[in-house]
Amino acid sequence: MKTDELISLLTEDAPVRVRLDRALGLALGAGVIAALGVLLATVGLRPDLAQAAETIRVMFKIGFTLALALCAGLLLFRVGRPGVAPGGRVRLLAIPLALLVAAVLLELAVLPPARWVECLEGLHASFCLFFIPTVSLAPLAAILWALRASAPADPGLAGAAAGLAAGAIGATVYALHCPDDSPLFLATWYALAILIVTAAGYVLGRRLLRW
Amino acid sequence: MTQADREAQWAEWMRRAMAGDSLAYRRFLAAVTPHLRAVALRRCRSFGASESDVEDVVQEVLIAVHLKRGTWDPARPIGPWLSTIVRNKLIDSLRRRGREMTTPIDDVMETLEAEEATDPGDRLDIEALLERLKEPQRDIVRSISLGGAGVRETAERLHMSEGAVRVALHRALKTLARLYRSETL
Repeated sequence: MKTDELISLLTEDAPVRVRLDRALGLALGAGVIAALGVLLATVGLRPDLAQAAETIRVMFKIGFTLALALCAGLLLFRVGRPGVAPGGRVRLLAIPLALLVAAVLLELAVLPPARWVECLEGLHASFCLFFIPTVSLAPLAAILWALRASAPADPGLAGAAAGLAAGAIGATVYALHCPDDSPLFLATWYALAILIVTAAGYVLGRRLLRW
Repeated sequence: MTQADREAQWAEWMRRAMAGDSLAYRRFLAAVTPHLRAVALRRCRSFGASESDVEDVVQEVLIAVHLKRGTWDPARPIGPWLSTIVRNKLIDSLRRRGREMTTPIDDVMETLEAEEATDPGDRLDIEALLERLKEPQRDIVRSISLGGAGVRETAERLHMSEGAVRVALHRALKTLARLYRSETL
């Protein structure tokens, strides 16, 4: 086949079928709904959510996971776009991170040292480590599917961004159930669970997002 | 024509192409190809790759540009987008052909067409990959590229709807890109 003939071939396929932004928006929406569905169908909301949400620790827990999900979600719209530097959106991730560090320091300041270990261990650490990655599966699959239309310079990093966003969505959803409210718990078990999903995203991205 | 004019012209063609204007798309591809060829030729030379590889690389890059055009935001300039895609794909392609890239690749937008770079004719890589397509994809690709038929004629001959031919063509191009990736050429 000559290059001119290839051009004729490509010309017949001119209209664009998949717009990256639209696919990502759909994937994020579907992922959130699916994650919420899994939560409601299994462990459900925390029974005292309405009162608990008024306490500062629960407010922070939900606020932090939501902020992380938003920042990571915004980053996704940049990772697979050639010629667009994601730098600013990456730096945005420093906001939730700084908030978490501040919350941990505050918690250590207000909590007597004798209670540190108890708050860090919480009631359901291993369930948290199991459940957040589990509810993150659907968002991760949806986001990776959408990103297949993208053209990332580094497929692994794009996959990691997908994992971070999916993990943060899963964490936000789990926060609506979880009875462990200390920032110490959040910075340990939630963070670890989100990192697991991020690492899975990296591995999957290297395989699925090559182009 | 200055580089800025050229970029504006390419962006306009691509905008219309994305909306389905195939004539604008042909113009875009035809205008971009000599630049791709010049960049690829220079790269192959400086890495001691055979110049017979140049056109294969150009074709692989063209298919990548085609399949990823949905990642271009029409509100942004087209130059950085195109240059980044071409750079990534060129590195990929030459690496697979056993050439390690150590220096940055020239910017497509800044590359003037090189006189000596011409289309040398049929390429073997894509021919070999075409053989691995399933029917009716292979038939459709051959009919449109080699036979010069349009989608409508091809659809009539194969007793398929035009929509089905378009879908099959798009899938065939995606498959070709995947085959390029998985082959050691």
